[in-house]
Amino acid sequence: MNNIVNEMTLSFSSRSMNENFARTAVSAFVLPLDPTITELSDIKTAVSEAVTNAVIHGYEYGEGIITVNAKIFDNGRIVIKIKDKGKGIENIPQAMEPLFSTVGGERAGLGFAVMQSFMDKLKVTSKVNCGTCVTMEKYIIRRSRASGDDENP
Amino acid sequence: MKIIYDKKILTAELSGEIDHHSARSIRQALDADIEKYRPKVLVLDFGRVKFMDSSGIGLIMGRYRMMKLIGGTLRIENVPEHLERLIALSGVRQITA
Ligand SMILES: Nc1ncnc2c1ncn2[C@@H]1O[C@H](COP(=O)(O)OP(=O)(O)OP(=O)(O)O)[C@@H](O)[C@H]1O
Ligand SMILES: [Mg+2]
Repeated sequence: MNNIVNEMTLSFSSRSMNENFARTAVSAFVLPLDPTITELSDIKTAVSEAVTNAVIHGYEYGEGIITVNAKIFDNGRIVIKIKDKGKGIENIPQAMEPLFSTVGGERAGLGFAVMQSFMDKLKVTSKVNCGTCVTMEKYIIRRSRASGDDENP
Repeated sequence: MKIIYDKKILTAELSGEIDHHSARSIRQALDADIEKYRPKVLVLDFGRVKFMDSSGIGLIMGRYRMMKLIGGTLRIENVPEHLERLIALSGVRQITA
């Protein structure tokens, strides 16, 4: 148990149009695990939050590269890492507080709260002027296809 | 997005995916019509929205502040089941009529 069964890495520029690309790609990658619509929507939303943060905050002062790595383990665990080499976060616990945002106006300050509640695990590491790495995990319960309930007679 | 103005009510039928990228043009279209009609009520209809993240919440809160400024209110309608948890987590129900 707990061996990697599949892995992928994507690198793309920090343009807002890639927010959709990133969440769609991760969603397609985890599809073979047969997640429910809710599980898939949770993952898409969490990825969208982290990638959007890298675009808006990480690379606030100029375009850069965002890397998304996803691993699937044989126990149904998915680990997704979203990294930027941007401005970094000074105070991580404060940044993760619901409703905290360093940008007023159109930002609700809910990105980390969404990641936290939609995924099973969330870890943030960051260094000012070096970048940020967000690691998220989710367990997809294996629904047995051979159990007979959806088998034809 | 379809926007209808009738009897002091401005109704926007949102659709597709609402994220940071797409929110910008939605915001511009809404704000232009809020300025133009100065409605009493702004209704945001989420019935056809396929995906939304916290950028959509920011969009709602921003429009709420605009409506408050002109003495109107904001209502959100037809929230699909898949957006219920996001809406609940955000607490925007408390600020909407
Ligand atoms: N990748 C990042 N690089 C630098 N700062 C970040 C990064 N991600 C988050 N932050 C900081 O953490 C704060 C909180 O992030 P969070 O996603 O919770 O809220 P937000 O992005 O401000 O608003 P929302 O996500 O609701 O649009 C941000 O305002 C920003 O200051
Ligand atoms: Mg955010």
